[in-house]
Amino acid sequence: MKNISRVKATNLSRRKFIVGSAAAGGGLALGFNLPFIGTAEATTAAKAGSEINAWVVVRPDDTCVIRIARSEMGQGTETGLAQLVAEELECDWKKVAVEWVSPGQNLARKRIWGEMATGGSRGIRTSQDYVRRGGAAARMMMLQAAADQWKVPVGELSVENGVITHAASGRKTSYGRVSAAAAKLTPPDAKSIKLKDPKDWKIAGKPIKRLDTAMKLNGSLVYAIDLKLPGMLHAAVKASPVFGGKLASYDESKISGMPGVRRAVKVHDNAVAVVADTWWHAKSALAALPIVWNEGSGASQSSAIIAERLKEGLTATNEPFASWQDGGDALKTIAGAAKRVEAVYSTPFLAHATMEPNNCTAKVTADSAEVWVPTQSAEAALAVTSEESGLPLEKCEVHKHVLGGGFGRRGGTQDYTRQAVAIAKQFPGVPVKLIWSREEDMAHDFYRPISQCKLSAGLDESGKLVGMHIRISGQSINAFLNPGAIKDGKDTRQLQGLYQEPGDAQFGYTVPNFLIEYAMRNTHVPVGPWRGVNTNQNAVYLECFMDEVARTAGKDPLEFRRELMSKHPKHLAVLNAAAEKAGWGKPLPAGVHRGIAQFMGYGSYSAAVAEVSVSDKGELKVHRMVLALDCGHTVNPGQIAAQVEGSVVYGLSATFYGECTVANGSVVESNFHNYKLLRLAEMPKVETVLVPTHDFWGGVGEPTICVVAPAVLNAIHAATGKPVRSLPLKNVALV
Amino acid sequence: MAKLNINGKVRDVQVEAETPLLWVIREQVGLTGTKYGCGVAQCGACSVHINGEVRRSCSVPVGSVKATDKIVTIEGLSRASSHPVQKAWAELDVPQCGYCQSGQIMAASALLKKNPNPTDADIDAAMTNICRCGTYQRIRAGVHMAADMAKKA
Repeated sequence: MKNISRVKATNLSRRKFIVGSAAAGGGLALGFNLPFIGTAEATTAAKAGSEINAWVVVRPDDTCVIRIARSEMGQGTETGLAQLVAEELECDWKKVAVEWVSPGQNLARKRIWGEMATGGSRGIRTSQDYVRRGGAAARMMMLQAAADQWKVPVGELSVENGVITHAASGRKTSYGRVSAAAAKLTPPDAKSIKLKDPKDWKIAGKPIKRLDTAMKLNGSLVYAIDLKLPGMLHAAVKASPVFGGKLASYDESKISGMPGVRRAVKVHDNAVAVVADTWWHAKSALAALPIVWNEGSGASQSSAIIAERLKEGLTATNEPFASWQDGGDALKTIAGAAKRVEAVYSTPFLAHATMEPNNCTAKVTADSAEVWVPTQSAEAALAVTSEESGLPLEKCEVHKHVLGGGFGRRGGTQDYTRQAVAIAKQFPGVPVKLIWSREEDMAHDFYRPISQCKLSAGLDESGKLVGMHIRISGQSINAFLNPGAIKDGKDTRQLQGLYQEPGDAQFGYTVPNFLIEYAMRNTHVPVGPWRGVNTNQNAVYLECFMDEVARTAGKDPLEFRRELMSKHPKHLAVLNAAAEKAGWGKPLPAGVHRGIAQFMGYGSYSAAVAEVSVSDKGELKVHRMVLALDCGHTVNPGQIAAQVEGSVVYGLSATFYGECTVANGSVVESNFHNYKLLRLAEMPKVETVLVPTHDFWGGVGEPTICVVAPAVLNAIHAATGKPVRSLPLKNVALV
Repeated sequence: MAKLNINGKVRDVQVEAETPLLWVIREQVGLTGTKYGCGVAQCGACSVHINGEVRRSCSVPVGSVKATDKIVTIEGLSRASSHPVQKAWAELDVPQCGYCQSGQIMAASALLKKNPNPTDADIDAAMTNICRCGTYQRIRAGVHMAADMAKKA
């Protein structure tokens, strides 16, 4: 499959679709009108070809344009989804192009493309069924069109690489030639569509190269931050550094003579923006603008106060905990056990720090509102645009761009999109591009929630685990973003990866007399999903503690785990795969030590082995990491490996450096000098072991991050004899 | 008013002398392949070549650049993405979101110009740009592959 690459036309088509009015590229081809058909793209309509169904458009030159509804932020979903459609379509992969669907189009067609939001590692696993059906239905219609033309039974036809053959007569035709007729046919009955057995896949399941690489090598890909529109103005914004604070006043006279400045504008009740001819002028003037804030009660908050609040939750009683238990009374069992282990762990707030800072271009007129935006949730962006502009949804449109990183930051909240519309509304008819400075991005994230965890375990004389209690105390994402999901004060989502029920994020051990509880302790700091969400913290707590218990039991950490996992064969198989590839138990170079961890999230099973050394000065080096993953079906093993490699970097950045601290109600860390991220020199050798069982659809983007930190921490424990119970490591003396 | 030689073309730009070269390249010249990531020379997304040296353009005031200085951006690195670094990056599917990759490619190409046969330690020392998607493993392999390609060319 090495030779398969994207045709040049693909790039052009895609770029036009993204840069210009997204509605136009597909709008005319789709046979309906949207309010934003720009003249620049009108020419593409003639070449757009025939829409066979919502997912497939075929051009006369045999190009198969596959529609993509999910967002692409580097995770490779665009390529994976195209592979799945192409597999069922039986088209020529070299002639595949992709085209993005806009939320305005989706709305106009009664959400024919389904869910557009891209998060929770769901991009492929929750769309695979209907996109494959779309490809299969299109194939059936094109075969039928050829059969009709040749007046032969469709069962006598075969198709390969988009070429239809009637063996009996030796006739051949192509998708491009039958597409116009196929588009007029009635779609096949859903029950008649038979999807391929993944064992027979030829395009899906293969490590095909990404479709979107070429434009990322020469600067030609237009991210939203790069957009240029005629007459465009630029905005820089600053919101109250204290969360919950309000804008009291600002003195515009101090910046009115500065180069390029148009004016300063209020943005909602908590921010001010300067609008200028360039962003540099806007940013420079904003820095010179005197602003007075009403900081509010949040100003009294600090990391120390928040830590105390969480600590109280570790031992609180008589409140509604999200919890589950197994067996008998865990607390009594532990209290009466021959040996006891107890530990308290903690993890900090973290920022997403996407490389492309938040930005959005908005243009609002009397009867239309458009935004150009990097978004993981285009439909949320549409809703926000409508709400903020005061215009109905059908008069709004969202032009999606490739995201320069997402990691959960740019999902449903769309705060930066709302700000951009609020600013642009004050400049009717003029496109205004809002860019957040890195400092604004660090100051106004939806941070990974902070938590602490107290764990205790009891062992019998022989070292057998007889009981375990886990109490997590920390901030709830749902309490901040989705309070309706919390029933009776209990937010089970914070136990992600420690659920009793199978399916998505199940606890992988069987512990007699087990109790787990979550005590909600909220703060004034906005929180949200951060790549891996709660699995990252919960895996550190459980898997590092498992090593502590294994040591107390005098057992090898791998053997100790295995004894508790017989009822969780998929967890166990992945753990074993990582251990085997890493050579667990085999000799290592002097000074190098191993650590192991396993966990489940996003429907997938992950395990890791880390090899580290700690110098006598306490300097840590992570030499090698082996990660094993069972995500069920594997759509593109090359891209899965890329995600695993990337997840190690994301996980190690958090392990080594990641921490947002709070002083006077604001986040202290402001840029990459004090919010450090992993660099290449610190990158260990990563080996990815895929152990797909091909019997379910699991996620890929997030699940492996959570095993990185505990594997490394357990290796450090092996190296130094001391457990590390608090992240990040920059604050911990290892020796 | 400044005169800049960017990708072999001399341009006049109307801009205050303290404006960072990054924003002149992006906003006055209109070349957007060079990215803004931090503004404080930490991340390297804004890397360009000035007289063959890799520089973080967010922290280079345009007033410090002479008309005779040769600035090369990602758009001017090669014709049709033919530089060995770009070819190796394509072969190994290095980019994920791609936002930092202009800077990574400019840093890697500057390294190879100085040191056509870099060791891992040389790559560690030279490739200090941040990639949040975590493409470092493939970047390292890409630099080695580009070095091999350049030798065979």
